Amino acid sequence: MSEKKTKRRDFLFTATTALGAVGAAAVVWPMIDQMNPDASVKALASTEVDVSSLTPGNTLTVLWRGKPVFIRRRTQEEIDEARKVKMEDLIHPEKDEDRAKNPEWLVMLGVCTHLGCVPLNDKGDYNGWFCPCHGSHYDTSGRIRKGPAPWNMEVPKYEFVDANTIKIG
Amino acid sequence: MSDHDYRPKSKVGQWFNDRLPLLTLANHLTDYPTPKNLNYWWTFGGILTFCLITQIVTGLTLAMHYIAHADMAFESVEHIMRDVNYGWLIRYIHANGASMFFLAVYIHIFRSLFYGSYKAPREIIWIIGIIIYLLMMAAAFMGYVLPWGQMSFWGATVITNLFSAIPLVGEGIVTWLWGGYSVDNPTLTRFFTLHYLIPFLILGLVVLHIWALHVPGNNNPVGIDIKKPSKDTVPFHPYIVIKDGFALLMFMIVFAFFVFYAPNILGHADNYIEANPMVTPAHIVPEWYLLPFYAILRSVPDKLLGVVAMLSAILILAVLPWLDTSKIRSAVFRPLYKQFYWILVADVLILGYVGAMPAEGLYLLIARVATAYYFLHFLVILPVLGFKEKTLPVPLSITEPVLGGLPNLAAARNKESKIE
Repeated sequence: MSEKKTKRRDFLFTATTALGAVGAAAVVWPMIDQMNPDASVKALASTEVDVSSLTPGNTLTVLWRGKPVFIRRRTQEEIDEARKVKMEDLIHPEKDEDRAKNPEWLVMLGVCTHLGCVPLNDKGDYNGWFCPCHGSHYDTSGRIRKGPAPWNMEVPKYEFVDANTIKIG
Repeated sequence: MSDHDYRPKSKVGQWFNDRLPLLTLANHLTDYPTPKNLNYWWTFGGILTFCLITQIVTGLTLAMHYIAHADMAFESVEHIMRDVNYGWLIRYIHANGASMFFLAVYIHIFRSLFYGSYKAPREIIWIIGIIIYLLMMAAAFMGYVLPWGQMSFWGATVITNLFSAIPLVGEGIVTWLWGGYSVDNPTLTRFFTLHYLIPFLILGLVVLHIWALHVPGNNNPVGIDIKKPSKDTVPFHPYIVIKDGFALLMFMIVFAFFVFYAPNILGHADNYIEANPMVTPAHIVPEWYLLPFYAILRSVPDKLLGVVAMLSAILILAVLPWLDTSKIRSAVFRPLYKQFYWILVADVLILGYVGAMPAEGLYLLIARVATAYYFLHFLVILPVLGFKEKTLPVPLSITEPVLGGLPNLAAARNKESKIE
């Protein structure tokens, strides 16, 4: 009889603890999730940019989701340089054809993939970008070539709304 | 301990103490038997308590004028500096107080390292201390973000991006920390909240730190266990109170020098430029007290491993009581450890120096050697030293070498027998 009683107690104890844990998790999750991007932040998800004034060899920097976006109108040399690089020479292999669908236009987040600084234009050993914080070098396709950054600069989702307007996001 | 028998003299005191034994606690704190050979390196506990209270008081008053909003934070700090009565003074005390706090905590930590205060039975005191140190770094970092200058913004960006090194969930964690897709207003408001909270967490941990200390009692320069109370101890009040008070006054002279004569020397001019997400300052450097760890981060060419190395450099301290295999506490009786101790001090200072320099060429090489040595010290030298080192004879009591005039037990005993 005493054995039976113990089993009943065990069941009640386990069931109560489990229910308590589920309840606690249900209360904790809103506390954690409130820190994620809110509706007003998410609402600013896209921006349209007029690029008609941009001449080849120049870069326009715009702010999208609080981050700078580089829009580079590349010269023919820059395109050639980016396209002739062998895949095995790259730290994070990506074809320039995939990064810049329209070869003249390179659109990417101007954020170093190391620790988030803004790289400088027309600098570094690969004629692309150079991050002054911890010395990452990017090529004319924004691909990491040298330094501590692990990945190429990210290409966001974007499209040409018309000949002179790019919609980012 | 004998103070448990304490009974207040007055009737009112007895009535109160029977219901809430605060007077017993006060009596314990005044009578607390302290080794009589404590030197001035032992006064930094009191100095740190002063630093914490200073930061809390100045922080509370600053919070009455500061506005935690990305559009107004920078201006509100300038408003504090220019318009608020004595605002400049309160802010300079708070900003330099952070540096003074770290100066004192580094001396406090290195005192423990020299005299082996982290060893049994004081491991819990030590670990609580390391947690306090971690919280101090978090508080200092978030506090530095609040003025919303260029260094604030980019420091926040770089440090929060450290979490993106975590595989798979890293990016999600960073977005969660930011409350957006970059450091912005949601980041600022939560940093302000946490910056406000952490000092009170530290205060609670300080109580535990002192409580844990009062169980075995203070370590001492000789590093031996002593009987308490005995002829080796003096009551905390007035002996230690006066000594701590004098040291605190000396410390406050240094503090006042920075506040009144060089209030910006430990800061960066870039932080008087308002945050701009489009432009990164040419040279991002953390505050001086984080430089050694920054140097370790940059000395590793891989992003994830760099972050791991930096965190390990701090967390390795928590397991120090088990890495140091020597039974002898004080470096006074450890001739080899004493030399390695000073090499470690030099190593950390070198790391601090190269952390402030650009990560290239010779600086990078020095940073790598110094980083390797830092880990070598804790992971190889300390464990091996405990077995290999020939230590000097340790006296049986604090009084013995003082009366004998020599720290050597045999010599002291000889002398004592001669006197008798």
